[in-house]
Amino acid sequence: MSAPILTVENLSVSFPAAGARAAVVDGVSLAVSPGEVLALVGESGCGKSMTALAILRLIAKPGRIEATSRIAFEDRDVLALKVTQMRALRGAGIAMIFQEPMASLNPVQTVGDQVIEALRLHERVGRSAARDRAARIFERVHIPDPRGRLDAYPHQLSGGLKQRVMIAMMLVVRPRLLIADEPTTALDVTVQAQILALLRELQDELDMSILLITHDFGVVNELADRVAVMYAGRIAEEGTRAEVLGAPRHPYTQGLLRSIPSLAHRGSDLEEIAGTVPSIGTWPAGCRFATRCPKVFAPCEAEVPQTVRLSQSHRTACHDVAREFVS
Amino acid sequence: MSAAAAEADAARGTPPPLLKVEGLKTWFPIRTGVLQRVDRWIRAVDGVDLEIPQGKTLALVGESGCGKTTVGRSILRLEQPRAGRVLYDDTDLLALSRAALRPYRQAMQIVFQDPTSSLDPRMPVRDAIAEGLRSFSIGANTAERTERVAELMTMVRLDPEHMWRYPHEFSGGQKQRICIARALAVGPKLLICDESVSALDVSIQAQILNLLRELQQRLRLTYLFITHDLGVVGHIADRVAVMYLGQIVETGEVTEIFEEPKHPYTRALLGSVPRLDLERAGRLGGGAPGDPPDPANPPEGCRFHTRCPQVFEPCADTPPALREVQGRRCRCHLYDPAHMARAEL
Repeated sequence: MSAPILTVENLSVSFPAAGARAAVVDGVSLAVSPGEVLALVGESGCGKSMTALAILRLIAKPGRIEATSRIAFEDRDVLALKVTQMRALRGAGIAMIFQEPMASLNPVQTVGDQVIEALRLHERVGRSAARDRAARIFERVHIPDPRGRLDAYPHQLSGGLKQRVMIAMMLVVRPRLLIADEPTTALDVTVQAQILALLRELQDELDMSILLITHDFGVVNELADRVAVMYAGRIAEEGTRAEVLGAPRHPYTQGLLRSIPSLAHRGSDLEEIAGTVPSIGTWPAGCRFATRCPKVFAPCEAEVPQTVRLSQSHRTACHDVAREFVS
Repeated sequence: MSAAAAEADAARGTPPPLLKVEGLKTWFPIRTGVLQRVDRWIRAVDGVDLEIPQGKTLALVGESGCGKTTVGRSILRLEQPRAGRVLYDDTDLLALSRAALRPYRQAMQIVFQDPTSSLDPRMPVRDAIAEGLRSFSIGANTAERTERVAELMTMVRLDPEHMWRYPHEFSGGQKQRICIARALAVGPKLLICDESVSALDVSIQAQILNLLRELQQRLRLTYLFITHDLGVVGHIADRVAVMYLGQIVETGEVTEIFEEPKHPYTRALLGSVPRLDLERAGRLGGGAPGDPPDPANPPEGCRFHTRCPQVFEPCADTPPALREVQGRRCRCHLYDPAHMARAEL
């Protein structure tokens, strides 16, 4: 395997909570290879979006990226970059698209002007040439009537078209890594299928890496090569798509996958994960899943579980798996 | 429903309908100008027929803006339909005066998507649940009602000791349990769940779905489940009605429709759901091309013809009727004997 394009080591992001600082992202390590799609999955509040924002250094105060964290993009140390260097990296190096495209678009400027602005920020190109390029990019992301749509304002476009405009803007700069934070969550399922198909197509064509943030295992299965499952700020399990979806080892991953409703489980109860995620700052000292885990035993509450390597690509942090693995 | 279909249902052991909706139309005016004259109508619900058998679950599915929520609200007369009938035990609710409707309000309750905005933040949970009890004079006095609240909280697996707490002290899943307890307080027969599990994380969603199933069996409830989530439909519903732009396009038993969808829209919808099946990854259909049209200006003919992969001659001009097709009802010219020959060409 070639060297990773993005390496995150021991990333911690903390916020003040109850007089101390709570690590909402706590010692996360990840790597994304060129051309690879890594999905970061978890439920609300698990820290998956925070991890993405930290990679782009977009954590707002009073949040803080802890000094022990290391983020490398290609061969640059992201956390050591100057503000101007960081601006250059955002966009051309790493681009991000969000769940709600309306919030990312300027409502009082036509979408064409917004794409042209992005183009001219990155290249020396005249206005009319830029307009031609923008129309071609709109065509590339399958926006019907691309020239006409350049003059549309965001509110005149449907949710699916707005997300296509966001993807078009991202294409302007041809990033090497795309961070897609719940890119299809706000869309209807028939439109979601169109956007997933488009992302897959572009990823092949541009050989771009994608860090996909999502809560939907169906979307993970469609798009991802590898999967990392997050719970309460830590990575519970990581592996290839087949390893995590087909043979999950962490009790949290297992519970999550079994709690998804479908035609196949008709007539029987779904598996529940007992209780709820403890709120930030009240996390157990040891394994953070200990309060809800069906396999909890002596060391779980007090000791942080070590990472167990199950294969070259599959790892999990669980005392129960470790116990079995050692014996 | 035709005699043949009624017979088929009897053979299947489907109980008689608790609720029947016929030709329901709910339109919303778009007003313009200084005089606020009605310029156009948004035909949110435009001729919907539904039947929910007693003790069963009917899922009403469709994408945003298809009118599914308006159907639910029209049944409860939270919207004023302009045409059609809503028959509850053979009584047409739309023909009743407000006073005569009151007992039916007790029989039909609704649980919404967002429990936080459904609960008054300044009202302790005990009072939120007891509000309906007071309103319908259930329980002789405060003490009796408090006891009933405790029972209801136990039933939805909340600790009755927490009844004096405020909504913000509960998690999202717990708040939805409070809303369910509140809806059940007055002893309804029909519960309308409008995207009631959509805002919840999957592990919490599973808890609520299991609870709803248990309550249905225990209290013999009939459910109308309004949702966009086909996984939830497959798990919980007996029958399904698929809605597109204000109309039902296909309806029948969930197992039959999920295994062999007939309407091209149902096929597009089911084909667009990303599955967990490792073998099938990357083979997701491209969805339906384009976006749903504007309900203020629906296409002539079949409303789906602008996005339909199997569009043929009659589709653009003639609106298809909802007809019996192999044990379900389907609104598509492909199954109309008058057009079938041409469709195959």
